[in-house]
Amino acid sequence: MRQGQAGAEGRVAVHDLVKRFGPVAAVDGVSLEVSPGEFVALLGPSGSGKTTILMAIAGFEYPTSGRIEIGGDDVTWAPANTRNLGMVFQRYTLFPHMSVAENIAFPLKMRGVARAERERRALAALETVRLGGYGERRPNQLSGGQQQRIALARAIVYQPRVLLMDEPLSALDKNLREEMQLEIKHLQQQLGITVVFVTHDQTEAMTMADRVAVLDHGRLQQVGAPRDLYETPATPFVAGFIGETNFLPGRTVAAAGDGMPVAVELDGGGRAEATAVGALAANAAVRVAVRPERLALAEPAGPGLAGTVIEAIYAGVATTCIADLGGERRVRARIAAGTGGRAWSAGERVGVSWQAADARAFATTAFGGQA
Amino acid sequence: MSRPPRPGGVGRLLLHAVAYAVIVFLLLPTVLVAPMSVSPEKYLQFPPSGFSLRWYGEYFADREWIEATLFSAEAGIISAIGATIIGTMTALALVRGRVRGRAFVELLIIGPVVVPHIALAVAMFLVYEQLRLTGTLVGFAMAHIVLALPFAIFTVLAALYRFDADLEMAALSCGASRIATFRHVTLPMIAPGVASAALFAFIISFDEAVVSFFISDLDRKTLPRKMFEDIDFDVSPVLAAVATMLSLLTIAVLVLGHFFKQMADRRAAPAAGGTKP
Repeated sequence: MRQGQAGAEGRVAVHDLVKRFGPVAAVDGVSLEVSPGEFVALLGPSGSGKTTILMAIAGFEYPTSGRIEIGGDDVTWAPANTRNLGMVFQRYTLFPHMSVAENIAFPLKMRGVARAERERRALAALETVRLGGYGERRPNQLSGGQQQRIALARAIVYQPRVLLMDEPLSALDKNLREEMQLEIKHLQQQLGITVVFVTHDQTEAMTMADRVAVLDHGRLQQVGAPRDLYETPATPFVAGFIGETNFLPGRTVAAAGDGMPVAVELDGGGRAEATAVGALAANAAVRVAVRPERLALAEPAGPGLAGTVIEAIYAGVATTCIADLGGERRVRARIAAGTGGRAWSAGERVGVSWQAADARAFATTAFGGQA
Repeated sequence: MSRPPRPGGVGRLLLHAVAYAVIVFLLLPTVLVAPMSVSPEKYLQFPPSGFSLRWYGEYFADREWIEATLFSAEAGIISAIGATIIGTMTALALVRGRVRGRAFVELLIIGPVVVPHIALAVAMFLVYEQLRLTGTLVGFAMAHIVLALPFAIFTVLAALYRFDADLEMAALSCGASRIATFRHVTLPMIAPGVASAALFAFIISFDEAVVSFFISDLDRKTLPRKMFEDIDFDVSPVLAAVATMLSLLTIAVLVLGHFFKQMADRRAAPAAGGTKP
């Protein structure tokens, strides 16, 4: 396979995409740019619009409004079969009446490639997905993982500029899924192909993608590298959807600019430091988001937050402590093994604290305040 | 018996007895016709007094019988081809397309099944008379296509419902045009259904008596019409021989149809069968 074939042709751009199904907006004004050779995951719960976006890029859905470009060409209304994209579907979609080799050669046949050349390239693609020697088999003689590899071979054999994948691993068991994640990632790097990958599995998205686009209710919440999403989530939804987060409602003590430290008077008592997400007015309703592993537990002392340990769950690499801070507030703290902290047990009083840089204060109204 | 008697055993036995009695009653005439057709006597007789293929020979020697048979076969083949093509296209449109007034279209499709054939026959006769289509191959083919279409459509519809539409998306994503997708993916997958649609359409046409009775003329008539005439004119064991052959043909077609259905089921079986790692 040719290296770095994506070139400028591999650029995918979605502009102000809206797709309505009756009164429901499945996609509600999404814009997204994918650079040539980049691996972008569309991540979100079911109904977030991620698959609809992929289908619009693929040409299986036409948007209500908005524009889709591939390699600089406007393909918004182009038929699916003219877009020259590779696609791997969630369900197994090998043609059951064709052999594996015929399946892989099918796109070449549709492109008028001569038989000998078709066979040669199909065999090469088969080697690429490490299933050399399986050419004569029928799809129903293969396992799920093998079928998806063949589907992958069929999607790359004609060297498309962009590869679209719609939850291709969701039907596989966990171990195989993790193995295939890395395999697809390596193949993508080797081919230099642009990949847009839909998944509802945050770990999968974080493992594979250069950038992850998080969607909820048809809206783009945040696009960024996995680390950025985890460390600096832009919305409460992202904070809650990716990894675990404790949310504590409260009001700002003073105004603060975006990224500035802000003191928050927590509902139910206690004061906490956090970093403002967006500019916050004084006395604004906010929610403070802080990761369980960023919470520090100590003997209760002074004016800091304190509560009672409800449960301590030992799980080898880490221990999770659930503490009741009063006022129906519960937080989870994760203490990694080997960090030297003391063991906590239920009923003990405990002080809870964190660094301002590790907590984020979101204005409650900004994104509807969903958890 | 190791099995304890089931509750309501007597009732169940009675039910089975009645059910089988009904089946026997329905099948008996068809079954009786076969021995009658090999009787050497010049009139219909049961049980036959001997064994002779004389009436079969008579049938094959009679120009009128053969002409009627060939005419029926021609009409049957044309109807089968026509009904299958139109039926497949209609089924595809109903399943994949966005058909406006779908309920109305579906009603129209069922039309020929629910409208009494005799009413249809009279209507067709009146129209064909004007168009000089009575007694023509085109006329018969058109009439029979109308009658066979519902069955063809429903057979192909069933095949399409079993077929995984994602495969069509996959083909399109591979760069296949809609027509290429149909030719290389959809049609091969639903082929058994299409084939059984063609078989049923053929049998419906070949077997059809009521409409044929009306739109035949003196020279060009179908086999069933010829049989009617013979009953009026001269009840000979040739009729039994023809009836027997018709029954055998129908059974053969049904068996073939069943074979196609099994093939279709096998094709539609999910490809995710493997358990290998």
